Amino acid sequence: MRVGVFRERLAHILFALAACVSIIAVALICFFLLINGIPAFAKIGVVEFLAGTRWLPSNGEFGILYMIIGSLYVTAGSLVIGVPFGMLSALFLSRFASKRMVKLLTPGVELLAGIPSVVYGFFGLVVLVPFIRRLFGGFGLSILAAALVLGIMILPTIITVSKAALDAVPRSYYEGALALGATHERSVFRVVFPAASSGITASVILGIGRAIGETMAVVMVVGNQVRLPTSIIDGVRTLTGNIVLEMGYAADLHREALIATAVVLFVFILIINLLFSLLKKRAGI
Amino acid sequence: MNNEQPGSTPSAGTLPIAAISPGAVERTARRNLRKGFLLRQLVRFGAGVTAAALLLIVTYILIMGIPHISLDLFALPYNSINVSLMPALINTLLMTVFSLALAIPLGIGAAIYLVEYTGRGNKLVGIIRVTAETLTGIPSIVYGLFGLLFFVTALKWRISLIAGAFTLAIMILPIIMRTSEEALKAVPDSYREGSFSLGAGRLRTVFRVLLPAAIPGILAGVILGIGRIFGESAALIYTAGSVAELPNSVFDSTRTLSVHMYLLASEGLHVDKTYATAVVLLIIVVLINTLSAMVARRITKGSADA
Repeated sequence: MRVGVFRERLAHILFALAACVSIIAVALICFFLLINGIPAFAKIGVVEFLAGTRWLPSNGEFGILYMIIGSLYVTAGSLVIGVPFGMLSALFLSRFASKRMVKLLTPGVELLAGIPSVVYGFFGLVVLVPFIRRLFGGFGLSILAAALVLGIMILPTIITVSKAALDAVPRSYYEGALALGATHERSVFRVVFPAASSGITASVILGIGRAIGETMAVVMVVGNQVRLPTSIIDGVRTLTGNIVLEMGYAADLHREALIATAVVLFVFILIINLLFSLLKKRAGI
Repeated sequence: MNNEQPGSTPSAGTLPIAAISPGAVERTARRNLRKGFLLRQLVRFGAGVTAAALLLIVTYILIMGIPHISLDLFALPYNSINVSLMPALINTLLMTVFSLALAIPLGIGAAIYLVEYTGRGNKLVGIIRVTAETLTGIPSIVYGLFGLLFFVTALKWRISLIAGAFTLAIMILPIIMRTSEEALKAVPDSYREGSFSLGAGRLRTVFRVLLPAAIPGILAGVILGIGRIFGESAALIYTAGSVAELPNSVFDSTRTLSVHMYLLASEGLHVDKTYATAVVLLIIVVLINTLSAMVARRITKGSADA
């Protein structure tokens, strides 16, 4: 009996420790990013770093403003493509598709989520980039190419979360609208869709998180020039791209500046996560 | 008019109807139907574009890649002539085994703790959930950087298989935790009560009754995690590195299939082989997805039987 009690207690402690791993992991990630990134803020200066427009590591100039802008442009572009088509697809799957269609399309959406980002990036590089080059001129490696690739990549996120939100709307809402004489489409668009709006907003926010954090696919198609773009066929560099392109050979302050770039990205992501969980709670999904 | 209820204002409801010209109701109805038709087409169009994007990517990669799949793509020693993906594929399998060996016990243990050992309103549980959700949202490049700072630099593991595996284990931990938790929650309480009433302790109940019942759900999560590992590149470039050979020890640098694919694509020297590699990667991902869907279907069937 003694042994049994001991074993039970040991198991309890072990399970609790396993559960605490995620706390430890988040703490370690925050700690190591901050301790390695904060010195750069101090040495470069917070304003010079965040609002500086020149990124010349060999001259000791580290300003990431254009990369922040680049990340925002690319993310905004991906939303222009991903949000409308994602929402319409979610509406279709939730309220318009036949059972057979749902059975056919759901694995498709899952596959879209499963395709590795390098494959997306490669597809963008060999198909979209030459297409944009031929159509609009320039190099083709551009905000537009990255927005298209990312727009497709965030589709499954937006579709899955929006569909869950639409499915969670009580049946009585839809039936009530029908009983008042609304057509199927009118009830879906005027009653069900607004009722699901906080869940749908949550899906968009999750999509923003995916888009702003995506690295490899973007690096392959966005051109990576540090500059203020004047049109969507210009290339830019994103925060994620800056890290992955230069981390391989960076040293000293340059390396710290790259980690500080990751800190900025991390702060963006934390804000997005917070917004998402708030909205998710409100949507009840 | 004689039927009017006493006290109600006369003709309050009749006046507007009288103002509507004959046929107006029909016109409105027709307009609504037309609007409905247009909206229906719009929704179909949106879903069609999504399906078309998927079909375009998959068929394009398959058509361009399948003709270039050859035997020397699978030759064991990698060199710059055969550009073999075999070492990268084996490395990916090794990476998967190591990451899962870490993440599965931790993930399931955490799920057991959350479902079986804690009551509602436990403060620790709240923190665990928030941090697990945070882990889900962190981009892979941040994981890569953390792996580089912690496992590679601080723990002095160098850029290695083991550093990559630990990084990936943290990345897939929340997936396995969440799916295991859901699977355990789905086990009916009667199982627990039955086991306790037969005199089994909590531990025995967990391992002999609950886990066996929850295995399909847990498996679906594990397969999802495997898919994530196969597709990952940003988290591995600076933790596991890019050496295209089989490792001699866990402290050797290795490239996985996705990293291999990225390097080929960015070098731009072997475009045909890159297409072929993309096909292999795509087929593996499709297989993993199908497997996961099959397992998930089995769960729903199982719960329908119960």
